[in-house]
Amino acid sequence: MSKTLFEKIWDKHVVKTIADGPSVLYIDKHFIHEVTSPQAFKGLEQRGLKVFRPKQVVATADHNVPTINQHLPIKEELSRIQVQTLKENCEKFGIELYGLGHPYQGIVHVIGPELGITQPGMTVVCGDSHTSTHGAFGTIAFGIGTSEVEMVLATQCLLQTKPKLMRINVEGKLNKAVVSKDIILYIISQISASGATGYAVEYAGSAIRSLSMEARMTICNMSIEMGARCGMIAPDEITFEYMKGRAFAPKGAKWDEAVAYWKNLQSDPGARFDHEINIDAADIEPMITYGTNPGMGIGVTGHVPNLSEIDEKEKPSFEKSLNYMGLEPGIDIKGKKVDYVFIGSCTNSRIEDLRMVANFVKGKQKASDVEVWIVPGSRQVEKQAREEGIDKILEDAGFMLRQPGCSACLGMNEDKIPAGKYCISTSNRNFEGRQGPNARTFLASPLTAAAAAITGKVADVRELI
Amino acid sequence: MSKQINIIESTAVPIEIENIDTDQIIPARFLKATSRDGFGKNLFRDWRFIQDDENKPKTEFVLNKPTYKGKILVAAKNFGCGSSREHAAWAIKDYGFDVVVSSFFADIFKNNALNNFLLPVTVSEEFLKEIFSTVKKNPSTRLIVKLQDQTIEWEGGKKEKFEINHYKKTCLINGYDDIDYLLSMRGEIESFEKDEVLF
Ligand code: SF4
Repeated sequence: MSKTLFEKIWDKHVVKTIADGPSVLYIDKHFIHEVTSPQAFKGLEQRGLKVFRPKQVVATADHNVPTINQHLPIKEELSRIQVQTLKENCEKFGIELYGLGHPYQGIVHVIGPELGITQPGMTVVCGDSHTSTHGAFGTIAFGIGTSEVEMVLATQCLLQTKPKLMRINVEGKLNKAVVSKDIILYIISQISASGATGYAVEYAGSAIRSLSMEARMTICNMSIEMGARCGMIAPDEITFEYMKGRAFAPKGAKWDEAVAYWKNLQSDPGARFDHEINIDAADIEPMITYGTNPGMGIGVTGHVPNLSEIDEKEKPSFEKSLNYMGLEPGIDIKGKKVDYVFIGSCTNSRIEDLRMVANFVKGKQKASDVEVWIVPGSRQVEKQAREEGIDKILEDAGFMLRQPGCSACLGMNEDKIPAGKYCISTSNRNFEGRQGPNARTFLASPLTAAAAAITGKVADVRELI
Repeated sequence: MSKQINIIESTAVPIEIENIDTDQIIPARFLKATSRDGFGKNLFRDWRFIQDDENKPKTEFVLNKPTYKGKILVAAKNFGCGSSREHAAWAIKDYGFDVVVSSFFADIFKNNALNNFLLPVTVSEEFLKEIFSTVKKNPSTRLIVKLQDQTIEWEGGKKEKFEINHYKKTCLINGYDDIDYLLSMRGEIESFEKDEVLF
């Protein structure tokens, strides 16, 4: 029988299915971080349990760490305690920790793939909704809550109901200056912030196949922003090429054996999806969001919808959103003044993103009235950026490369956007207060963000290259 | 935390806003705690207070209106989207809610709620609309949720069935945790591991 990629992986990981209930799903890799794990460890201790498979758990500190002077003790007490608690728990329970100062430290969804820990065919979980990122390698990867973190620590399993399956095909050639962030912002704008709830989404089509692994991760990363349980892309030569030689990727004969296995991880011809969406790559232009959920996206040359274009039922939420953003219905988004630019987060902080920004800003100068934060996704990304001279290019243009962490993506550390200010951000969420109380966020690609850093406004990057 | 749910009868608190994300339910700056307790006081923090000041409540926000009280929160569609933070479910439960009613829940939130004996009740759009208008017209309307029968109704009003799988229903009624179930499976998990392909 023809199977989808999702079904092939799912079926291999079901330990048992409860009648009229969920399945017991085996988890291959479990990533943890300082914010959503302490209560889970506490729960284990209260039950007198050990971690069942400590070798399948990997920890890092990312959400709540400073992005300058990481060698100094964390100033803020609660944050320091949280990072310290993670360290103690990892020591106590025998879990590998890539904490602050470790050459592998970084945002959990950046380091898993770059270290070759994330591999095709796996089930991957983490107490963070953007775990969907790892799906770019052909894995079932999804975010979980802290009770579930505790379950996986205790048993390496979770109770899960099988989601419905959706395939999104993006066919054709991308327009100039349109990158993977624009693809996913476009998809979400088309199907809404809840359009894929209850589904596992597979991305396919020639436009997806042509993307690098970094670009594919950006797409899978934001699957959760349309409500999807997970997002995935079938592994191919681009995947294997990216993985080869990575620290924890299989080596020698094991590598060949692995690749032979991974090659089967594709949806069979004739495999059935509950829902299928077709998108023409040519329809996509550089995108930006204007509202307070990631589904509120438009092309940079577009305008904020007029009230007459909004469904009656959705008007209260729409008006609340524009009121928060301080924007009038119907206005052009291009030319809107921005105060901050944030290039970072697990969506767009990989080496390819930094290269893209550096290429664009080379020889240009930052607008004087804009504050720019460039935060690499990991120590390895930072190191590579320095080796390639990207840090110099950025400095010459007036920017600074900070140290790795989630930073202004969620504003848990001191990197917060002040109230009322506009930030163009390469992260994934424009929710009210996400980047700081009353901060106003425009989501966009690294190119569009860099264009704003140079011009001080929302700009059409195509006019600047 | 009360660990059993069956029949909940209470007045309701209506928030007629779509896509309420977990950053609104509990902003990230309150996620620094290492225990599960006390999140209720920061529930909807930035919608509740002016400039984060507990002495300056935003009077127009429903939690600050004495008219609305109760153990049942009613919200518009796509409730709990965004971050996987279970702190959102902890905050709602800790504040005193036992049930959240919406026409649509985000997946991870729904699981987190169930794991904390906070019952997510999914109703049709029409039914939700009627609850909103009934409760707004008469805030003392009592909603009755019966988990055993999988029904939600109000006195002199309508009644609708809601879905929940049999396994979860049994857990909630009896106060069982998923983790207890999984721990009882350890033997089977170990034999499953023998056939696992991992490179
Ligand atoms: S960068 Fe943002 S979205 Fe990604 S893991 Fe960190 S907080 Fe979550």
